[in-house]
Amino acid sequence: MIANLPNYIFFFLAFIAIFFAIMVITAKNPIHSCLYLVLTMFAIAANYVLLNAQFLAIVQMIVYAGAIMVLFLFTVMLLNLNADSEPVKSNLMKFAGVIVGGTLLLLFTAALRKSIGDAEPVMNSIPMQIPNHSNVGLIQNLGWVLFKDYVFPFEAISILILSAMIGAVVLGKKEKVQLSTND
Amino acid sequence: MWSISNIANWVNEWLGKNFSAAWVTVFEMVIAGILVISLFAVLGLILVIMERKVSAWMQIRLGPNRVGPKGLLQSAADTVKLLVKEAMTPNGADKFLFNLAPYLAIVVSMLLMAPIAFAKDFMLWDLNIGVLYVSAISSVSVISILMAGWASNNKYSLMGAMRSGAQIVSYELSAGLAILSIVVLTGSLNMNDIIRSQADGWWIFKGHFPVWISFIIFLIAITAETNRAPFDLAEAESELTAGFHTEYSGMKFALFFLAEYVNVFIVCAIGATLFLGGWMPFHIGHWEGFNHIMDFIPSSLWFFGKTFFLIFLIMWFRWTFPRLRIDQLLNLEWKYLLPIGMINLLLVTAMAILKWHF
Repeated sequence: MIANLPNYIFFFLAFIAIFFAIMVITAKNPIHSCLYLVLTMFAIAANYVLLNAQFLAIVQMIVYAGAIMVLFLFTVMLLNLNADSEPVKSNLMKFAGVIVGGTLLLLFTAALRKSIGDAEPVMNSIPMQIPNHSNVGLIQNLGWVLFKDYVFPFEAISILILSAMIGAVVLGKKEKVQLSTND
Repeated sequence: MWSISNIANWVNEWLGKNFSAAWVTVFEMVIAGILVISLFAVLGLILVIMERKVSAWMQIRLGPNRVGPKGLLQSAADTVKLLVKEAMTPNGADKFLFNLAPYLAIVVSMLLMAPIAFAKDFMLWDLNIGVLYVSAISSVSVISILMAGWASNNKYSLMGAMRSGAQIVSYELSAGLAILSIVVLTGSLNMNDIIRSQADGWWIFKGHFPVWISFIIFLIAITAETNRAPFDLAEAESELTAGFHTEYSGMKFALFFLAEYVNVFIVCAIGATLFLGGWMPFHIGHWEGFNHIMDFIPSSLWFFGKTFFLIFLIMWFRWTFPRLRIDQLLNLEWKYLLPIGMINLLLVTAMAILKWHF
């Protein structure tokens, strides 16, 4: 019972995450969807804790639950969307959506198949206990990996994010200039 | 010598003798829960009366002076009043979210209690990423405010919630950078390690100039994060009646109020831990005799003394500065505090590498 506890907790958390993820897309009210998404994020963060990756869990909470979801909520509230004013999608849009979603599903299935194939020897031994022994997720080890083995991709991503930020600032500025000329 | 950690150890031993290991864990969790809840209640009572007395003192008034000796029981009387008042839910409100929001606010503040070291060897959860945990959980508190503001179905509430969202999300960055500067100097995210690193002097003395800058940034950021004047745009009585909790009454309002005051306590406790050494007594380098004398003052007194000093500072701000406008508030953060914080973090890093601190 005790040895299997991580397994039970994992299935419980996975159930919560999937349940709330389904609620995100079925909820009528956009605000409710946002809040369900926050809960999904928390369930995923708890899964990281189960893998002994506390830093990742905390970052998940800060970045997604704390910042991104707050901005989502913020935007949705600002637009004051509600069930009535939601635009009805045309059939073409729905068809495109189905194709994109299906492709994504295919991609995920392929990735899952590959990862299961890679992890076969690990999966055959006691499944959920292996991660508990590893210290990979601890912040020191993560720091070493990020700044030693993956320093180039890490810096490249930071440049990508910087360029996105500058882009956002430029877009924000442009609007202001237009406004002033309209005045 | 009497200390809180001795009492905790004694309780642990006594339970260990009389019950099995599983029951000891259960009992200790219950005791910890009761302690946290009672600390909440006591803090609420003390901080409210403290705020009223401090504001009265600053405005040369008497403040509450009828209930109890010198009016000290006023906040207890107010609590009873709030408890027996009817808690209304407006008709157009989203009932579930409206009622959930105050509890979420309280739960978030309770979770924040976990990694705080109240005295030597006395904390609920010695987490190896304590500092990050605090910033992660405190970032959730804004969701309760947004929830309350939106679910009230009131334009003042919504406006207050929006302001609060913008404010907390942006000032979190500055608070995080200020916290990071101490993490860089200590090399650890663990609260206990941070406190131990201050055994030969608090960081505010050891780290001199760059740490002073981050301390000031931290003070400004936490004042904004807890929605207190001069950054109380989220409630701004004169513009938005009461902001996000306009529609709340009775105990639900009291829970928001309590959460706000406890949050002030928590952020001040974090500030005291990072910059003023937490429970660490006032030590100067290698003056063994002096340090030994300082050790006679109990560590819990040091912790609460420093924390209440910071709380007093924040109350002082409230009665000193006029409220900012929302654009001034965001300008202050994004155009001044954030760049200064980033450059300061670089300075602190250079200082930590070159060992310029004492």
